[in-house]
Amino acid sequence: MLSVPVETQILFAGILFFLGMIGLLVRRNLVFMLMSIEIMFNSAGLVFIIAARHWNQPDGQVMFIFILSVTAVEVAIGLALILQVYHHFKTLDVDAIHKLKDE
Amino acid sequence: MEVFFYIAAVIAIISTIMAISGRNAIHSLLFLILSLLAISVVFYLLDAPFIAALEVIIYAGAIMVLFIFVTMMLNIGLEEKQEKSWINPRMWIIPSILASILLVDLLLALKNMPTVVVGKQVILPKQVGISLFSTYLLAVEIAAILLMAGVIGAYHLGSQKKKVLHRFLEKK
Amino acid sequence: MKTLIALIPALPMISFLILVLFSGKLSRKVAGWIGAGSIGIAAVLTVIVSVDLISALPEIKSYQITLWQWMSVGNLSADISFRLDSLSLVFCFVITFVGFLIHSYSIGFMDKDEGIIRFFAYMNLFVSSMLILVLADNILLVYLGWEGVGLCSYLLIGFWYKEPENGTAARKAFIITRIGDTAMIIGIFILFLSFGTFNIQDIMHLASAKWVAGSSIATITAVLLLGGALGKSAQVPLQTWLPDAMAGPSPVSALIHAATMVTAGVYLIARTNVLFSLAPIVQGFIAGIGALTLLIAGFSALTQHDLKRILAYSTISQIGYMFLALGVGAYSAAIFHFMIHAFFKALLFLAAGVVILVLNEEHDIFKMGGLRKKMPAVFWTFLIGSASLSALPLVTAGFYSKDAILWFALSSTSGGVVLWIAGIVGAFLTALYSFRMIFIAFFGEAKTQPSFQAGYLMTIPLVVLAVFSLFGGFIELPASLGNFHLFSNLINQSLPVVGIKNVEHLEWLFQLISSLIALSGIYLAYLFYYKKPVFIDSFNHSKIHHFFEIGFGFDKVYDILIVRPVVWLAEIDKKDFIDQINISISNMALIGNEVLSIAQNGKLRWYLLTFAFGIAVILTYMMTK
Repeated sequence: MLSVPVETQILFAGILFFLGMIGLLVRRNLVFMLMSIEIMFNSAGLVFIIAARHWNQPDGQVMFIFILSVTAVEVAIGLALILQVYHHFKTLDVDAIHKLKDE
Repeated sequence: MEVFFYIAAVIAIISTIMAISGRNAIHSLLFLILSLLAISVVFYLLDAPFIAALEVIIYAGAIMVLFIFVTMMLNIGLEEKQEKSWINPRMWIIPSILASILLVDLLLALKNMPTVVVGKQVILPKQVGISLFSTYLLAVEIAAILLMAGVIGAYHLGSQKKKVLHRFLEKK
Repeated sequence: MKTLIALIPALPMISFLILVLFSGKLSRKVAGWIGAGSIGIAAVLTVIVSVDLISALPEIKSYQITLWQWMSVGNLSADISFRLDSLSLVFCFVITFVGFLIHSYSIGFMDKDEGIIRFFAYMNLFVSSMLILVLADNILLVYLGWEGVGLCSYLLIGFWYKEPENGTAARKAFIITRIGDTAMIIGIFILFLSFGTFNIQDIMHLASAKWVAGSSIATITAVLLLGGALGKSAQVPLQTWLPDAMAGPSPVSALIHAATMVTAGVYLIARTNVLFSLAPIVQGFIAGIGALTLLIAGFSALTQHDLKRILAYSTISQIGYMFLALGVGAYSAAIFHFMIHAFFKALLFLAAGVVILVLNEEHDIFKMGGLRKKMPAVFWTFLIGSASLSALPLVTAGFYSKDAILWFALSSTSGGVVLWIAGIVGAFLTALYSFRMIFIAFFGEAKTQPSFQAGYLMTIPLVVLAVFSLFGGFIELPASLGNFHLFSNLINQSLPVVGIKNVEHLEWLFQLISSLIALSGIYLAYLFYYKKPVFIDSFNHSKIHHFFEIGFGFDKVYDILIVRPVVWLAEIDKKDFIDQINISISNMALIGNEVLSIAQNGKLRWYLLTFAFGIAVILTYMMTK
């Protein structure tokens, strides 16, 4: 049986989350930003798993499965958008894409 | 057991740092896969073997492969110089400060957390499945619709559109 | 039957609202027919109501209808109420009937114009306001209609707003009439302060009961109301806007600047005649202004090159005749001339509109020539209009109406020989400049080719108006010629009868003189402008010709006396204390814009950073609480 305190586990998830956040804020490349979002999603899932174990309930794991499906959709759409953006602007620099209108 | 947790956690954190600070997209993605694998070890240690398997199969497998495909299609691997010019050290300061503030907040919250002791036991995939298809049936349906929408959306966005001219500019 | 009165101004207003609200959805043809049709129905209603009222005369002198209370504050109250008597009946008839003809003409005239729906919307609003003006029971409602027609005049003069000159002309008309309107509203305030009511009938009764004839308050009030009338009717000294107002489309000139709006001043004076009879000095002044105006405008018309400007000066001059008649107390003659003038001047403007349209916007009569053969229908109707304008004896309506004015100018108790001579000289000038137009534009060598022929939509109104210009005069024949007084009997139901000196047996003599004068004017026009003797060329290049052409230099005088000092004052007062406050307010807005637009710079990463910042703030607050 794992006897690491639950606080430590959540701290681990939190560190991962904030690393993802830093990545999202720092990077200008859309692919890296999407990766950072993945990291944040994953750490949120991790907290659910920790909670599921802590309370001894299956619901947390169910939530992780939902997060997984949402992530899958998000990645599919996000990558398709990245492809379109690259096709259209010939760059992945998010700062270059600040025209929120139809050309 | 605890040793494994700490090793996995450290590997996950270090590889995540490498992933978000890397210049080469492919390398970053590989680091990210490493991080995900380490997290799946943590899942296993947290008595969730089914989720650990899903993490490896879907996250590290399917989703990251999707990333790598797209990265290869865009040829981003060759743009290290550009990537370097986009990141300068000053840009790390403010996000890092914000993140550390939030981390302190988290620590404060954890300190105040009430201690509840519940008998720990392994949650089997069977329990998860029963819960998924009874209590959360509606959510499953919604997730299914979401996936369907994602498939259609990805197809629509992914298709290269023909350049549409205004009807006055079209050649007859 | 009485409720129909309210429908007369309501129909054009409804049509205006339809055209404005559904302007994007209506086709051009439908818009035209809605615009003209509503006026047509209003005209039919007017005829029905008129027949009803005339058959009830003289027992019932007017129909009155109150729709709702407009406002009520303290002892100030005004209703939306209409009153139809024989005076407003004549005006209603002219507005709706001539208005309908002009509207249906406009369907053809504006066919190619992109703003046709806007045009009909403005025109309908104008007709509605004008009907409110003439039907209103209280003077405040009169003022509402008064301002409404002023607004529509402004909008329609500047209808082709893409040309800057048109906008300037529109502003000029608006500002100059505003001078008169300001005087008028002050006059209305004085009336309200004195009598505590806006109702015109009550005011008239109270005024004749309370005010002494010739007292200073009556004189002041009459002068102020006269100011409004002078501005709207383009009389000296406020006449300078009307020639420039010709920048608008021709149907606008025909409807607003010939037939209806410019005669609103005549209506106002006739309606408030009691006040003017209480101020005999002012009434004499009106006659003087009328005489002066008709001479000045007549001389100016003689020297213009622009077809429409000739007609504009002619309009000023003819309204001068109406003022002359009002001044000598011959109200029925003034109203009669108003009606006949509406017919022939609308006809002339519409015909001029056709000429200008088919010659591709050619306004200069010296570049026309020989149009007689090219467009016979327009030529004959224009000829009839000009004949009526120059009062060709016996056969034209203009003869009867103008002759009545000339006769009363002499024979009325307040008339005199000077006024009569001015009128006679004006009549001579009128005949001269009318046939100058005819001989120069329609005779001689052809200098331009018409690009197309006008359709039936445009020629039929011309023919109808021509018929009225010829035969409209037979409802009122002078004592020496038939002695038939249908029209003046009708008008005298609501307006006082003119007092006449004992010279009636001489009427035939003065008629003969004025007839000869008109004929000699036409003959001289034939000599000067068809035969072209040498001295007319030298006259055309003389200084006096130039002086006439610029309208006796009124514009220049006003420019030096009023415009430049005001502009100079405004120039030195550009940055005063109030302006500084305004500028600092706008600067604050600019700074606020700059600060806040940082939050909306479209950069995704910036938004994310502010997200994160917000989360950090909220969580830290929650944790440290």
